[in-house]
Amino acid sequence: MGQFGIGQPVRRKEDVRLLTGKGLYTDDVNFDGQVFGVFVRSPQAHANILSIDIEAALAAQGVVAVYTGADLVADGVGTLITDVEMEDLSGKKMFRTKRTFLATDRVRFVGEPLAIVLAETLGQAREAAELVMVDYEGLPAVGSTAFAASPDSPPIWEEHGSNVGVHWENRPVAEIDAHMAKAKTRVTVDIVNNRLVPNPMEPRCAVAKFDEESGVLTIYAPTQGGRRIQGGLAKTVLNLPPNKVRVISPDTGGGFGIRGKLYPELGVISWAARKSGRPVKWRGDRSETFVSDYHGRDQINHAEMGLDENGRVVALKVHTILNCGAYMAENGPRLPVSGGGRIIPGVYDIVNFYFSVKPVFSNTVPTDTYRGAGRPEANFLMERLMDAAAEATGLARDEVRRRNVIRPDQMPYRTQMGLLIDSGDFDGNMKMAMEGADWENFPKRRAQSEKNGKLRGIGIGNFVEAAGGRPTEEMRIRIAADGKATVFAGTHSHGQGHETVWAQLLNEFLGIPFDDVSLVQGDTATAPKNSAGTFGSRSSWMGGVGLQRSAKRIVEKGTKIAANLMQTEPEGVSFAGGVFTAGTSSVTLVEVAKAAHEPKNLPEGMEAGLDESYFLERDPEEFNFPNGCHVCEVEIDADLGHVQIVNYVAVDDCGFVLNPVIVHGQVYGGVAQGIGQALTENTVYDEDAQLVTGSFMDYGMPRAQHFSMIEALFNQVLCKTNDLGVKGAGEAGACGAPSAFVSSVMDALKPYGITHIDMPLTPDRVWRAIAEAKAATAA
Amino acid sequence: MLIEVNMTINGRAVSGKVEARTLLVEFIRDIQKLTGTHVGCDTTQCGCCTVHVDGKAVKSCTMLALQARGKTVLTIEGLANADGTLHPVQEAFREHHGLQCGFCTPGMVMMGVDICRRHPNADEQTVRHELEGNICRCTGYQGIVEAIVDASAKMAGGQA
Repeated sequence: MGQFGIGQPVRRKEDVRLLTGKGLYTDDVNFDGQVFGVFVRSPQAHANILSIDIEAALAAQGVVAVYTGADLVADGVGTLITDVEMEDLSGKKMFRTKRTFLATDRVRFVGEPLAIVLAETLGQAREAAELVMVDYEGLPAVGSTAFAASPDSPPIWEEHGSNVGVHWENRPVAEIDAHMAKAKTRVTVDIVNNRLVPNPMEPRCAVAKFDEESGVLTIYAPTQGGRRIQGGLAKTVLNLPPNKVRVISPDTGGGFGIRGKLYPELGVISWAARKSGRPVKWRGDRSETFVSDYHGRDQINHAEMGLDENGRVVALKVHTILNCGAYMAENGPRLPVSGGGRIIPGVYDIVNFYFSVKPVFSNTVPTDTYRGAGRPEANFLMERLMDAAAEATGLARDEVRRRNVIRPDQMPYRTQMGLLIDSGDFDGNMKMAMEGADWENFPKRRAQSEKNGKLRGIGIGNFVEAAGGRPTEEMRIRIAADGKATVFAGTHSHGQGHETVWAQLLNEFLGIPFDDVSLVQGDTATAPKNSAGTFGSRSSWMGGVGLQRSAKRIVEKGTKIAANLMQTEPEGVSFAGGVFTAGTSSVTLVEVAKAAHEPKNLPEGMEAGLDESYFLERDPEEFNFPNGCHVCEVEIDADLGHVQIVNYVAVDDCGFVLNPVIVHGQVYGGVAQGIGQALTENTVYDEDAQLVTGSFMDYGMPRAQHFSMIEALFNQVLCKTNDLGVKGAGEAGACGAPSAFVSSVMDALKPYGITHIDMPLTPDRVWRAIAEAKAATAA
Repeated sequence: MLIEVNMTINGRAVSGKVEARTLLVEFIRDIQKLTGTHVGCDTTQCGCCTVHVDGKAVKSCTMLALQARGKTVLTIEGLANADGTLHPVQEAFREHHGLQCGFCTPGMVMMGVDICRRHPNADEQTVRHELEGNICRCTGYQGIVEAIVDASAKMAGGQA
């Protein structure tokens, strides 16, 4: 393993470009003759559209066109896709919502787009958008998840008659009631898992042009891989074959799960570019991000857990309500079920498990995948139950966990939801995290904090998640005559450092110098045919193994060419470190690459070039299982309710670590989003379903001050189901952080008898909880 | 009505016609085509658009192009040496993995340079406090804080 091989802390190739302002993001791209598109969005949460008057807007200076939903419908544009099917135990299927790319007769959430204005300048388009007059007939709105689930809420989809899309259950509840009845101790928790706005730092935007001559529609947009968007645009919006639609995602300013979707805006911009005959640019601003990017989380959980006299869990019942928003997005109700629910027993060996999910509709932005996509919610719930169990049984928080974790000798472990966990050392994670955080000496530190007038608490949270996403990916390696390699990736890096890690893989497996590897990604015209993209913490596995096997094919072909050059048989040729050897003679890969491009050097019948790809397909039910344990320590100023993290240890088992610097970065970032959810972030709708937190002024993005240095440790257990031994790393932090953090705050607040505060634990909420506890004691 | 403005950007005298409402960041990005400076919000919160005006860090989304008339502006494109040698803050960001997607990075680096200028040998808490006006969604700020602390020490050492 050389300095630039896998496992090494190689600094990133992409950094110099991004640090010197040479990155190329979508808004940096302009087409000659482009116009600016500005969306007219609904200020109403729920209303019938009686009429849309575009006359004044059309007459405004610089305006090129104004289009409404009716124009799209008339042109045969279809509806957005919900790629999920669920049914209840009786076989009754879930209600499917229909969403047009622009609202036509009804708007169902604040910010829903219903028209677009094209004008020569952005300023003109903005001003003209103000002139589009929409006559609304207001309807009662549903702003909260709890209200949406109640039978009293007015149905948003009248044809369905209820705001509950389906009542999914994994089994009849009666099967578990019998086990629950036998439990010695029972605990319940009620959790509001707060709605989050993902907020990648680059606001969503797009620029599209239609070339009449070639009939190709090209759109630049920040995505997590354009292939699926290409398919949707071609089929649903443009009625073109997919090869006539080109989606390019250059440097992309963050993804976090929400960027892999065919959003309405992408469809409308593409369609408008063709319709108007002018390239169209949409520069979304942050306010639009808040009302148009899909939101994350937003669940209400009620759970009950029974334990026997030994502190072993004997039964678990979980009831989950998921707020889907006004429409089911692409993944919609999949999140709590196959995203999170499948791993709900977490790292614990729990056999008797009942799980119920109700996806509900409300007049809010649709929810979809956001870093963890159901797994953070599931892990948070399990860990709050474990803390409650500790409290009820009198066992220490780590002890009750230790008694229930799946042990290494139980691996592979088949979960109640049918997944096979191949590997993991859950008890070892806890031990490493607690030692790393000096758990043993916490009482001394607490005493010191008390002397300084502060409360202090320590908390623990285990997690496991299922990573891998969609089960197919394709990667390609092309080696030029000069020996330099280009990776054509189906995966898409938008911060994960693939330019670096893929070069490390080629350095490792082909001996190609790190600097001689370049990456081509983010363009459907050059991506391998069966590419998918980056989401679900899948790239290290699907992209990494795909690349490793492509490299193997390069070696196979190279061996034949080398044998020909050395005038020997391929069977006698070996390859290592970039050199083919047969006996005492050898040729380098560079020499082989040169020969590969000269047909006279090739064995008969061999195609020229050194260009191999690999289509990796795995069992769709097979995942890898990143896991770990986080320990968080906080100090609280009880007079202000202010919580400060003072120590944080994250132990992660993400299998083989391809680049520790980059994986540490993934852990820090994931933890920060988890802490963001637990400490600062909350999406608030009022009772009229108006979004109250619609900008960075109102929405609590975590800042540098909210953190202390995070100590990230690895407890590597190689994954047994892929050749590289890798497990996902991107989402783990967000899965582990909320529970460890909340556990630490509750530990600090124990003197007040406070056992639960819903996230985020803002100074306001913490202060109120303390004040109420004090008032109750005084009364 | 368009108004002519002149200023110096990255050591070069530039001019352009702007509307009264044109923001400095729009002048930099759309008229001067220096796209390294980014726009991440519309409420002066995120700091992606941070540049230096007359040597001080400024959010260029919160200043009109007209207000920068005659001033000296430094953007991320002008920070490294002409021979390509990175500024110590840029180098430290690379070393400490202070960037992932790269979108907030130009603003973070320009702010980092400003912090280093005002706080030689800055400690972690100072840097965290000073970064109040810059949001990053990828890194958890860890590499950014480490980088600025490190660069601040190196730059102070270099001046001594």
